[in-house]
Amino acid sequence: MKKVLLSGNEAIARGTYEAGALVACAYPGTPSTEILENITQYQEIDASWAPNEKVALEVGIGACFGGARALVTMKHVGVNVAADPLFTLSYTGVRGGLVLVTADDPELHSSQNEQDNRNFAKFAKVPMFEPADSQEALEYTKLAFEVSEQFDTPVFLRSTTRISHSKSAVVLGERPTEIKKPDLERNPAKLVMLPGNARKLHPIIEQRTLDLEEWSCQQPFNTIEKGAGEVGVITSGVSYQYVKEAMPDADVLKLGMVYPLPKPLIREFAAKYKTLYVVEELDPFIEEQVRAMGIEVIGKDKISICGELTPGRVKGQLFDQDSPTEDTSAELPPRPPSMCPGCPHRGVFYELKKAKAYVSGDIGCYTLGFMPPLSAMDTCICMGASVGIATGISKVLSEEDKRKVVAVIGDSTFLHTGINGLMDMVYNKSTSTLIILDNRITAMTGRQENPTSGYQLNELEAPRVDLEQLCRAVGVRHVTILDPYDLAMTGKVIRAEMARPEVSVIITTKPCMLVPRDNQIPRPPLAVDNDKCTGCKACLQIGCPAIIWDSEKKKSIVDPIICTGCKVCLQTCRFDAFQECGEIS
Amino acid sequence: MSKVNNILLAGVGGQGILLASEVISEVMLMAGLDVKKNEIHGMSQRGGSVVSHVRYGEKVYSSIIPEGEVDILFSFELLETCRYLPLLRKNGRAVVSDWKIAPPSVARGTVPYPKDLTQKICSQFPSSIIVDGLNLALAAGNAKTVNTVLLGALSNILDFDREMWLTALQQMIPSRLLDVNLKAFEAGCQAK
Repeated sequence: MKKVLLSGNEAIARGTYEAGALVACAYPGTPSTEILENITQYQEIDASWAPNEKVALEVGIGACFGGARALVTMKHVGVNVAADPLFTLSYTGVRGGLVLVTADDPELHSSQNEQDNRNFAKFAKVPMFEPADSQEALEYTKLAFEVSEQFDTPVFLRSTTRISHSKSAVVLGERPTEIKKPDLERNPAKLVMLPGNARKLHPIIEQRTLDLEEWSCQQPFNTIEKGAGEVGVITSGVSYQYVKEAMPDADVLKLGMVYPLPKPLIREFAAKYKTLYVVEELDPFIEEQVRAMGIEVIGKDKISICGELTPGRVKGQLFDQDSPTEDTSAELPPRPPSMCPGCPHRGVFYELKKAKAYVSGDIGCYTLGFMPPLSAMDTCICMGASVGIATGISKVLSEEDKRKVVAVIGDSTFLHTGINGLMDMVYNKSTSTLIILDNRITAMTGRQENPTSGYQLNELEAPRVDLEQLCRAVGVRHVTILDPYDLAMTGKVIRAEMARPEVSVIITTKPCMLVPRDNQIPRPPLAVDNDKCTGCKACLQIGCPAIIWDSEKKKSIVDPIICTGCKVCLQTCRFDAFQECGEIS
Repeated sequence: MSKVNNILLAGVGGQGILLASEVISEVMLMAGLDVKKNEIHGMSQRGGSVVSHVRYGEKVYSSIIPEGEVDILFSFELLETCRYLPLLRKNGRAVVSDWKIAPPSVARGTVPYPKDLTQKICSQFPSSIIVDGLNLALAAGNAKTVNTVLLGALSNILDFDREMWLTALQQMIPSRLLDVNLKAFEAGCQAK
């Protein structure tokens, strides 16, 4: 049978197609983003970006109430946003199957926290599958849709960065030729969650969890792999792969469903071993439940709760062995991510620093404004939080300090959950300033469309939210549109709006440099005139990767391959040393 | 269990590391082997340090290479090569482009770019191969084909048919860029 290499995310997309799903909805978030991007190749599925995860789940719920199978995907922190509909959907159950993918990020490769969303399964009383490679990602996605309909429940599929972004060989299946046509079917006693209705459903979902527990003991996704018979390991997901590397002789109980746990199966397995390990990333989720059954295990007393696992870490932590790590010594300078050459955000942070602003930041590429030399971000909590935090801190500061507070947010994050904060700013008469960095794309996750970009996930044109009109509509009287490549004007506007004793919004309007449709006219790269450069290093303060200090000549040079000709550096030079290539004789 | 082979790719965001790891993985799949590859997307793409793991053999479990078991460090930048040098197994080798890309602190002039990195690599791992990737890529006609030049050099030391590499390149690279990449691959094969 022909095998293809698929990432976990591609396999989930394929599984959704093979399950006959009709709708898929998401808000982008690493490491989940590529699932929806890959679903666009299947014309049979209506795939769309929602403005946030709560809306994405609600769209999925609607489709499933209409009788269709629906997939909803998000990163781990996205489930916090979608938790409200999720917890009550657990009560109503589904009509068509609904699968919610949570892509967790142990090690925080690209996240603001390291939460373990297996806890959501227990908290919301929703079953959860956890694949260990791409083939399982495909199969468990299909299985999750079946379980959703069989047990009348939404079903979680939990991935982690190392599942979503690893490729392995997969055998593909086919999409069913006949798919039940969605229609209207009224069932208000099941779908209208007034207290009287919900109260009746609660004991039913408690029974559902017990039924799933019993059922899952007999299913092939919870399997025992025989080893030498001396030690037992309970594990799941990607941790299973590391156990097979680190402890090739162990007997392994591999759990495909991590909630509810197959307790009778665990009891039977555990009884065979004097030494029993639970190997899992992040929280002691399986371990605590196994201990509550009165079974002694070795788990988080050895294996760290923090960070992801690797084969070396499993071996090292369980058996106190050292394993080599990458060289982090001071002789090798680190290489953190930074804003791209030509990024329209750069000038704003350069001027915010000069204005000594206290910057309430948000989630996006512009969070890199934290990095030196810009070093112009003071807080960053979660999507949309910059606005409310600016309001709150302003409430408690002196008149002088209050004026220093500026909230900074991107277009996509503003529409995600920032707009609510702005309504609060106006309604409760805050005096803060909000800068919306509108680059017309959801950039950090790899440039996804959003309601300000003018395009949908499938690249069809869409109406564009007019951010200026939106801000005015919620009651902001002072909205300034700004070209962030004009440093003098950017500084002037920022200072004026910081001083204004009233809510004001500044909207920058230059698009992301990496979006081809918005950057069709190439600008020539700049070069440094050696005779004019005095080596003052002023241009190095903008943190542009295209400007490099030549430590021998004691002058700046521009890398013409990556310079985009944005001319922000030129405006920081008092000696007129930057010129377009070709202008220097 | 037969041995699993481990290639760790390293470099800087934007150098085409992920495409190179795709090509290697496709070749292994064509050869009928089990293969897993791993990488991190997201923030690291913004000019940060990037690694990708490729593992192949009869049966591969973890997509992450066990620490200290890298057979080949396949790297596109000198400093990044040295960062991951401790993960190479004894008698392992590096296949490296000697391109230097200044990390932010070097670009700002706060610290110098480390010296003598090539010597460090070759003294610790004498069978390493250092390729002038950037100049070979420029000679092939496009500075962005350094990754393909390096793939050519890598193909010399792996025991897979040349045809498989060419097929994988044809599958992975857009047709308008194919010719220049095939030239770059050939230049890498010839590099000593």
